[in-house]
Amino acid sequence: MNHSNSPIEARPILSVRGVTVQFGGIKALNGVTFDMQRGQVLGLIGPNGAGKTTLFNCLSRLYQPSDGDILLEGESILARKPAGIAKMGIGRTFQNVALFPTLSVRDNIRIGGHCRSRGDLVSDALRLPWVLREERELDRKIDEIVDDLDLGGVADREVAGLPFGTQKRVELGRALAAKPKVLLLDEPAGGLNHEEVYVLGDLICRIRDAYNLTVLLVEHHMGLVMKIADHVVALNFGSKLAEGTPAAVRSDPAVIKAYLGSEAA
Amino acid sequence: MSAIEETLGQTVAAVEVRKSSMPTVARLVLLLGLLVIPLGVSDFVVFQVTTVLIYAIAILALNLLTGASGQFSLGQSAFYAVGAYTAAIMMEVYGVNYALTLPAAGVICFLFGFLFGLPALRLSGVYLALATFALAVAMPQIPKLAVLEPWTGGVHGLVVNKPEAPFDLPLSQDAWLYYFTLSVAVVIYWLCANLLRSRTGRAMLAVRDNEIAASALGVDLSLYKTLAFGTSAAFTGVAGALGAIVVQFVAPDSFTFQLSIAIFVGMIVGGVGWLPGSLVGAVFIVFVPNLAEGISKGLSGAVFGVILFAVIFALPHGARQIADWIAKRLPR
Repeated sequence: MNHSNSPIEARPILSVRGVTVQFGGIKALNGVTFDMQRGQVLGLIGPNGAGKTTLFNCLSRLYQPSDGDILLEGESILARKPAGIAKMGIGRTFQNVALFPTLSVRDNIRIGGHCRSRGDLVSDALRLPWVLREERELDRKIDEIVDDLDLGGVADREVAGLPFGTQKRVELGRALAAKPKVLLLDEPAGGLNHEEVYVLGDLICRIRDAYNLTVLLVEHHMGLVMKIADHVVALNFGSKLAEGTPAAVRSDPAVIKAYLGSEAA
Repeated sequence: MSAIEETLGQTVAAVEVRKSSMPTVARLVLLLGLLVIPLGVSDFVVFQVTTVLIYAIAILALNLLTGASGQFSLGQSAFYAVGAYTAAIMMEVYGVNYALTLPAAGVICFLFGFLFGLPALRLSGVYLALATFALAVAMPQIPKLAVLEPWTGGVHGLVVNKPEAPFDLPLSQDAWLYYFTLSVAVVIYWLCANLLRSRTGRAMLAVRDNEIAASALGVDLSLYKTLAFGTSAAFTGVAGALGAIVVQFVAPDSFTFQLSIAIFVGMIVGGVGWLPGSLVGAVFIVFVPNLAEGISKGLSGAVFGVILFAVIFALPHGARQIADWIAKRLPR
């Protein structure tokens, strides 16, 4: 771990502390611990069934760990309701894209701003002046995101008919509208071709810088992880196998063994 | 992003989002039309058109629930009944002015709908439809209860006095009630249209389209589902209160589940999720049964069924389809 390299930002933005998840007798996660530093892209890798998705679901509050804690800037996210963590600053995308199919690109992204706005039933129905101001402010923000993600040409189209790659960018934009501190990306390269994966990698780095994000990347695509991750955590059978720079983790014998089997190692 | 995407984009991405309301010009023309309708027609026709507006409000309310939040309801007649009885009891038992009964009916029905929405959270789709159906079946029995009879009038119901036009306006009672109902309908339409393009409305649409994604973005699923129920019930209750005032009579059997079905049919015929369709749906459920009776007295039900079948077959998206068709052909 490279704590000593960044003394000013020594406090991790996100801490995973001994997280354990049990399904019946099976431990899907067994005391996994690691820290994410501000501004990092952290790659979470591991073979199928290693527990990546389980951990991802804990971070996005779909699963409740039986033991351990997850801290965002020192505050436990496990005490919050699932709908409350967006406001805390955790945003996510979905493996197979989970958009609102009948709504426009712009409206999808607008809904991302839900946790950062206050409109309530009565004020919204009466369209009070402060609601109008809030809507205008939101629209300005949405326009920026639409520009940043190059979605201007399709902004008023229904998302259901858009190509998969575009839908992924819409989902990214929607997550950005919630102003997350930590962005969780669930296999963003899935379903993209070689060229698109490269563009995606650049895009992730670009929005990380532009929106001051810390990114957790769960990914099968080794090329993408090795290219953009600053730090890599490898899981196997629910436990942490290795952690470090992409190069160090890639050459770690335990990781090679887990991916390729013992003979190859 | 890539060449593939550009080519794909041209073929599949050309779908414009369907709007939930209408352009301003169409709105003004419609409003003008509605303003002149009572001039030069008999009081009975005015009464019928008033009924159309009342049903339009009830259909609008269901559209908010089903169209926006994606929840089915066959229980709208129950909310309508609560609103109607609220108005009738306030006017006849406590002597309250008719105009004041509308907000009261709205508030009471909001609470009723919100509370009903809580257990309904555990249900969705056809199961929710069944639960709301149960509500609709149970409701007509409630006013008949002996303990409530001093207020509800039991099986005999309550007769309501017809209000006069205020400020010595040169309007018949029916014409006044028409304009009164029209004003309420316009306000409720405005509230619904505002809601749908606001944070609250978008949250409801998000819940309808994808619950998991909505929750990940901080949308409280239970809150917005029950709010949708409450709001829908409130507007239905206002429609019920207007119904009581205009018909001058409430009785348990005016509010059977057939009323729920009629409101449901109206929503489908108008186009689910398209607010102006509510008016078309209301015209359909008020006038088509009369038309069917005109064609054949003995087989009016069958004729109505055939007409309904033909409409749904030709226009599965309801009146919205016609509006879309016209909008596409208008010069931009």
